[in-house]
Amino acid sequence: MAEAYATAGAKVALADRGRLWVTLYLAATGIVLLLMMTLGLLMRLAQSDILALDPALFYQMMTVHGTGMVGIAALGGMAVMWHFLSAHVRLHGWALGVNLALFLAGVVAILAADFLGGFGGAWTFLYPLPATSGAAWPAWAAALHLSGLLVIGVGFLIVCLEIARAIIAGYGGLGRGLGWHVLFANSTENVPPPTVVASTMVVIVTTLALTAGAAILVMSLINIAFPEIQIDPLLAKNLTYFFGHVFINATIYMAVTVIYELLPRITGRPWKTSKVFLAAWTLSTTMVLIIYPHHLLMDFAMPTWMMAMGQVLSYVNSFPVLIVTGLGALAILHRSGIRWDLISTLLLISMFGWMAGVIPAVIDATITVNSVMHNTMWVPGHFHFYLLLGLLPMQFAFMIYLARGEDVTPQGGDMTAILYLLFGLGFVGMFLMGGWASVPRRWATHLPEWLIWDQIASVMAVGVIVLATMFVLKFLTRMPRILQEA
Amino acid sequence: MTVQTMSLLLSAAAILLLAAVFLRVRALAHAVEDYAPVQGRAYRMRAIAFWLMVLVGLPISIWLLRDMPYKADVTEPQIVNATAAQWYWELDREEVSLNRPVEFRVASMDVNHGFGIYDAAGRLVAQTQAMPGYVNRLVHEFDAPGTYRVLCLEYCGLAHHGMLTEVIVSQTGGNDG
Repeated sequence: MAEAYATAGAKVALADRGRLWVTLYLAATGIVLLLMMTLGLLMRLAQSDILALDPALFYQMMTVHGTGMVGIAALGGMAVMWHFLSAHVRLHGWALGVNLALFLAGVVAILAADFLGGFGGAWTFLYPLPATSGAAWPAWAAALHLSGLLVIGVGFLIVCLEIARAIIAGYGGLGRGLGWHVLFANSTENVPPPTVVASTMVVIVTTLALTAGAAILVMSLINIAFPEIQIDPLLAKNLTYFFGHVFINATIYMAVTVIYELLPRITGRPWKTSKVFLAAWTLSTTMVLIIYPHHLLMDFAMPTWMMAMGQVLSYVNSFPVLIVTGLGALAILHRSGIRWDLISTLLLISMFGWMAGVIPAVIDATITVNSVMHNTMWVPGHFHFYLLLGLLPMQFAFMIYLARGEDVTPQGGDMTAILYLLFGLGFVGMFLMGGWASVPRRWATHLPEWLIWDQIASVMAVGVIVLATMFVLKFLTRMPRILQEA
Repeated sequence: MTVQTMSLLLSAAAILLLAAVFLRVRALAHAVEDYAPVQGRAYRMRAIAFWLMVLVGLPISIWLLRDMPYKADVTEPQIVNATAAQWYWELDREEVSLNRPVEFRVASMDVNHGFGIYDAAGRLVAQTQAMPGYVNRLVHEFDAPGTYRVLCLEYCGLAHHGMLTEVIVSQTGGNDG
């Protein structure tokens, strides 16, 4: 099926009216990212038995690291998507401002709850742990942390609703934003470009994820205030993992718009909306919502059909990523005559990291494998793979693109991206090796036989942080000029 | 070969294959060719990859469902009631027999925990979650004698890493209780 319609990157139709906010989003993303990476390094050093860290502090740091990384994945991803989407639909920048204010308020609440109140319930805040900490933290700390999350979620929901409004106004409905009129009725009118298709998918799934997340947060807050009001723990777990799974995947779908928009500009080759492309995104929209039970494969009380679905559909869900967006990116680059530089190399790495990270994830979603891999280091191995080497290079590429005044002509610097890839591979590789060696995840202290993986990972983490700092600084040092242009 | 080793090798092979494709694209990107023939080849590769994944990968994924651990139907299992609490395990039986199925009835008195059984070599051999209000039944047959450790595999609070206990597997297996 080779029909192709809309073209990404051909021209910018509308100005980015949230440019100021996009810039501030990226600055917050970069700064928080480096802080969270530093927390990650400290945790790996503690597990390596190099740094003496009180377990209580370790788990507080782990909670802040996990929550903070999910937060900035969304913040940075939203900045990328908003910028490119604003060329296609008319967005109101105030929504970004409200979200940033709520995000920062939530961050302050979470930092106070975790580092002052001692809350260490992990990003998963699995019911009933927030209220049942074994006297490790007070109820107010748990309530403040969950309230912080709720405030952040409300902010992102506001942005999602604004984007949904703009797509409905511009294209006549979310179905049309997904290109269903093209896919199912062969229409050739008002065909959504790839960025609009991706954005439509993002607002649909993120709105549902945030609703589920808000539900479990409110239920947990009620439980903290009135312990006699209890929740079914299995229902709570389903809500938590539905929210977490969908939300973190959506952050990648937000950021992938940089691929659709910049590769055509770099190579001069269009990325067109085809029926295969539309079918893939519709499939992804459905799949990402229903495969979350692969996080619950070791909860034997779950209905067996949901477990089977979690395994098989997790595999099917990799199709759109691997063979539509991935192959599409490779085709655009292949024999295109480009000279590699920092932006294009980061974009290439991001596609590799995303596609390669899916492989250990799908293997872990196989029930027989999950029986001996679940909650080992294999799990952070695969999600760090596609976040560190998939999502972040997309965000770095976008930062540098803005820092260069949206100029995509080659300006060198690709060796730093390659070094980032190598250190990143070493870092995630040690997680995977830890999973192979059955090292449990989320343990503050490690047994002597596990230390080798932790120690190598710590060295690799230093390299990753140095290179990430270079990318972020490239953006931050040009911020005054970017803001002037805004 | 353990499941862990197979998973690692399979992942490494697939990632290396993918890396080879990316390296080739990177190496040849400087060359110039019209987009249409490149795109045509990419579409053909996409179709091949799609049908390979559907006709080979999907049946394998479905076939792998045959080994689901959820409803293991065994006769006369040795029963071990395992109860988790912050931050310790309570087992009503600490010794079981070799080569006879053991049914671990895993529950929790407070928060979510994970019941992970490690063999003498430190390799995870089976697990299930321990959840308040539910009893998860994990059936496992030990094929080597020795002392197996049980580690908590679900984050449960500040002493999560200290939640360990042991199960002894022997020829006689202690009391069936």
